[in-house]
Amino acid sequence: MGFGILMDRADDAWRGTSPGREAWRRLRRDRFAMASLVFLALFALLALCAPLLPLPSPMALDLALEPRAPTPPWESFLERGFQREQFWSLGALDRGLLALRERLFGDRQTAHWFGTDAKGRDLLARIVWGSRISFEAALAAGLVSLFVGVTYGAIAGYAGGRIDNAMMRLVDALYSIPFIFLVIFLVTVVNEYRGELGRLGIERLHVFFVVIGLVWWLTMARIVRAQVRALKEADFVQAARVSGASHARILFAHLVPNVFPMVIVYLTLTIPSVMLFEAFLSFLGLGVEPPQVSWGLIALDSSEAIGVLHTSWWLVFFPSASIGATLFALNVLGDGLRDALDPRRRG
Amino acid sequence: MRRFLLRRLAWFALTLWAVVTVSFVLMRSVRGGPFSAERSLPMEVEASLRARYHLDWPLWKQYLAYLGPLELGPRAPTFLGGDGSDPFGGVLAGDLGPSYKYRDFTVNDVLAQSLPISLALGSVSLFFAVGLGVASGIVSALRRGGFLDFALRLLATLGIALPNFVVASLAILLFAITFPVFPVAGWGSLRHLVLPGLALGAPFAAYVSRLTRTGLVEVLSQDYVRTAVAKGLPPWLVLWRHALPAGCLPVLTYLGPATAGILTGSLVIERIFAIPGTGSHFVNSALNRDYTLCMGVTILYTVLVYALNTLVDLVSTWLDPRLSLEEA
Amino acid sequence: MNGEGWRFARRAFGLLLFALLLALIVRATTSARLERADVVFANGAEVASLDPQAVSGIPEGRVMIALYEGLTTRHPETLEPRPGVAESWDVAPDGLRITFRLRANARWSNGDPLTAQDFEWSWRRLVAPETAAPYASFLKSVKGFRALDERTFEVDFPTPVPHFLHLTSFHPLFPLHRATIESARQRFPDAWTVAWMRPGVLVTNGPFRLAARRINDRLRLVKNPFYWDERAVSMETIDVLALDHLGTLLNLYLTGEVDWIERVPPLAVTRLRGRADFHLTPSLGTYFYRVNTTRPPFDDVRVRRALALAIDRRAICEKIARKGERPAFAFTPPNLAGYEPPELEHAPLEADLSNWDRAFEADCARARELLSEAGFGPQDRPFPRFELHYSTSELHRDVAEVVADGWRTHLWLDVAFFNQESKVYIETQRSLGYDVSRSSWFADYPDASSFLEVFLSGGENNRTGWSNARYDELVRSAAREANPETRLAELGAAERILLDELPLLPVFGYVTQNLVHPRLAGFFENALDEHSPKTWRWKTEEELAAERARPR
Repeated sequence: MGFGILMDRADDAWRGTSPGREAWRRLRRDRFAMASLVFLALFALLALCAPLLPLPSPMALDLALEPRAPTPPWESFLERGFQREQFWSLGALDRGLLALRERLFGDRQTAHWFGTDAKGRDLLARIVWGSRISFEAALAAGLVSLFVGVTYGAIAGYAGGRIDNAMMRLVDALYSIPFIFLVIFLVTVVNEYRGELGRLGIERLHVFFVVIGLVWWLTMARIVRAQVRALKEADFVQAARVSGASHARILFAHLVPNVFPMVIVYLTLTIPSVMLFEAFLSFLGLGVEPPQVSWGLIALDSSEAIGVLHTSWWLVFFPSASIGATLFALNVLGDGLRDALDPRRRG
Repeated sequence: MRRFLLRRLAWFALTLWAVVTVSFVLMRSVRGGPFSAERSLPMEVEASLRARYHLDWPLWKQYLAYLGPLELGPRAPTFLGGDGSDPFGGVLAGDLGPSYKYRDFTVNDVLAQSLPISLALGSVSLFFAVGLGVASGIVSALRRGGFLDFALRLLATLGIALPNFVVASLAILLFAITFPVFPVAGWGSLRHLVLPGLALGAPFAAYVSRLTRTGLVEVLSQDYVRTAVAKGLPPWLVLWRHALPAGCLPVLTYLGPATAGILTGSLVIERIFAIPGTGSHFVNSALNRDYTLCMGVTILYTVLVYALNTLVDLVSTWLDPRLSLEEA
Repeated sequence: MNGEGWRFARRAFGLLLFALLLALIVRATTSARLERADVVFANGAEVASLDPQAVSGIPEGRVMIALYEGLTTRHPETLEPRPGVAESWDVAPDGLRITFRLRANARWSNGDPLTAQDFEWSWRRLVAPETAAPYASFLKSVKGFRALDERTFEVDFPTPVPHFLHLTSFHPLFPLHRATIESARQRFPDAWTVAWMRPGVLVTNGPFRLAARRINDRLRLVKNPFYWDERAVSMETIDVLALDHLGTLLNLYLTGEVDWIERVPPLAVTRLRGRADFHLTPSLGTYFYRVNTTRPPFDDVRVRRALALAIDRRAICEKIARKGERPAFAFTPPNLAGYEPPELEHAPLEADLSNWDRAFEADCARARELLSEAGFGPQDRPFPRFELHYSTSELHRDVAEVVADGWRTHLWLDVAFFNQESKVYIETQRSLGYDVSRSSWFADYPDASSFLEVFLSGGENNRTGWSNARYDELVRSAAREANPETRLAELGAAERILLDELPLLPVFGYVTQNLVHPRLAGFFENALDEHSPKTWRWKTEEELAAERARPR
């Protein structure tokens, strides 16, 4: 380890360092954070390639009378039974991947390694396919809050003075509104007009994502503003101003890129809350609905699977473990990133 | 201090007004009135009902009637408020109107019945959150780097990661079914509040634990603390006098958003545990288009969250005079 | 004390204050705990109101028959009308007048005597437009009614109404205490419910009266000492729970906190089957899909017939509903006295459904033929994508999935889902903004007309845009017909038309599911799933011993 540091230092002296590279190096040393990163990357890959994987259908009903207990992989690894018709409501890309999968694996699919739910749907498949929605939600919310929040905060921080004051007052005011209630309103409103929206090609899910993003940008704006305010007087900004760059250029070409590390950190720390919110809405019946599957719906099923009479333990354990593990990894990664970017903060 | 409070009050009024107006417009402009049912009402009956609740008035008129005791000509608003002894006074007079779903009650009645319940649940959750969180944070900080620290940090992160209804389900499974220690659901005694309080407070306990640990670790590494220990002061005294106050400050600031979060989380927990609090009313009223009740709960929560945040700011200034109210 | 000490004191004091405050809150709320009632049952929803004329739901109905009583009541098993407040009645030979004699000892829960004038006043209130009663139409078949004296009440009809005595056992025709309502009215001229229905103010005439009410929690009823039959009432206090979460309800039943629940989570049905306390009885309700007959291609009757044939009813009954429901090929349920419902045309089925697979195959083949005839065969234009509409609920979602699956697999149709929560979903049905929408209908009284009147042209419960003059004629004529055989024949003919035209797709007939504490006696199963707490009592030790001793 010590030798490694020496080598790094020598390397730096030779190449010259940048804050980014420093941070990355620090991150690499944090084993937990790296493990989380790898885990998340793998999971994201799985989610992306879900139609390609030889999983049973997450949506086809096989009206077994009972949820089936898991058959571990060493008992039964693959079985036959895949049918293309069991998958529906897929986009073009997914259909292509599905066709590819059929070519690769024939009609083989995994056995029920995680068991099935009461309607005969394979739990592993549901978890993997469900993660897509959760990731989509997180991504969409992240992107929307990114664009709106970063722009807003950057402009406020850069402008300073009364404009900054006014803009931040608005953020404060919006902060104190119990947004959860208005969001639920909005979702129920959108739900009613889905016929009209459907004709425009807008699904309830898309609106849902936008709504989330609109709620989550507030803290992003605050963080970005604070950072921009701090960086405003930095040398490189002065240099740019002197060389005649326009405000917009200074803002978006110089300041914002420097703010990005903090933005990334914040994103990884709020993605869990977006996923939880999606689960929350699905639990209340206002989120995703069949035949689509999301972690919220799976969690809803799992909470219904607990009863005095009988509990299907796999319906509780596997979803909890997956959700828990993913969010856990996101938190650890976020912490790691924060430590890497700001090594003064210890603990 | 006075300027601070006045400014807060002004912003509060503005925020509240914005919330009321936006919610009002959203609710009224959406299809699906409160009187739809599988067994439909005959046309004249429904028209009569709508007229009674003044739902046939133009939107602006309904809005004004809802807001305040404005005389609007011969057909003055005549909803009933409180015990029915005064005609509807409007929100500005503290009267939130009749509930459309619970025809025998006004919104004030419904909230008066359910708010103490939610407050009790929230208090128990807060107790868990702060108690468990601070305790585990202290242990974690004192045993820093050790296995206990690692285990507690793991638990804390897990607590943040799991959705609260999953925690609730697991809690019911463990402590109400496998080991029947607590009741499975319902409300009426302290025992009924334990599992819901736990489920609701778990994520916040996790956060509080992390915050306490971080704050405490920082303070414990300070020179003056080390000196105090070296001088021979018993460690618990050092903790109580020096470490805790500073370490707890971030926890205190977190209490504001935490309580707001508890209010939100209660929507799901109250459903699972069948607790008749205001959270359950909110979801149902949104689904039932019970306009007035929905608005009432939203207004209530806005007031609560705002008041709490202000209180937290005041208290943290009181605890640590270095913080000025201007920054708060 | 120095500065340090002060700070310490302030902090400690602050913390103490905070803790005390919270402890007070907790104490305040939990000290409102009630003693466990004699019997606790789950009603499934918070009742909308305690005004019997303002409500129209099944949970409300249960509370109403506990709190109030009408001129007649229903026999708990046969559902035949029996004397209630009226101890006897005379039906004129031509059927155009019924004269009720009220009991001398009929009283309100505050001791006031219950008179025929109370009934007259209440019924006038029912039809008054300001009351906005959903069942005001109950009295549209009545020409006039009056109280001849304190104990005699007379009702006139333009044509005989044979089932009127069923209607008088139903809550819209229950009496209301005039003095309470009018004094409330006087204080607040626009009185819309609020003041007179509070515990302590509400005056009722049934076996129980209102003691306490906590919204979303429970209603507490106590025995009414002035009830004319109070000696037959065994329970002192009853709690009516407003919980609706099925899983929680089951858990509460199994841990002994609740004594009767009327619905169980679908997942649990198979495990509960075979238990002695789990009662399944066919009820008078049908689960069906409405079809929007104004929207092409659903305006073509062949399309509707095809859709009706390709529903795997057995799978739905066995795998989803799982309570022993029977597939339905008619709108009216099969257990209506004296009435044999016709069925929509389908392949013949054995009574035990043993030839289901073959019959279903044949039905699907016929369905495909019908679609071809309608111009949607494999070589023709494709059937447009359409949506299956339902209200948010696990059951409806599951059934919709099976139905859609069937249509996709056997008819190669492209079906999507469209779910809305109940209020909006009804609006969408009303405004005919759907393609195919799920529905249920339950009888108000055990007669076919209670079902067939739904599909009269322009009826507010029709919501399909379907209209047939001959159907209307038959149903209306049956309403006026005195001869029961002719009447049932006319209703049968009307339903024949209904099932040929198929503005609805029947799926299955409901079965009630009641988990009842085995020690509870006096709980009877009937087709309307109506259970008045008046007859309930706890079995004594001797009875239990006798039961155990009896050979199984």
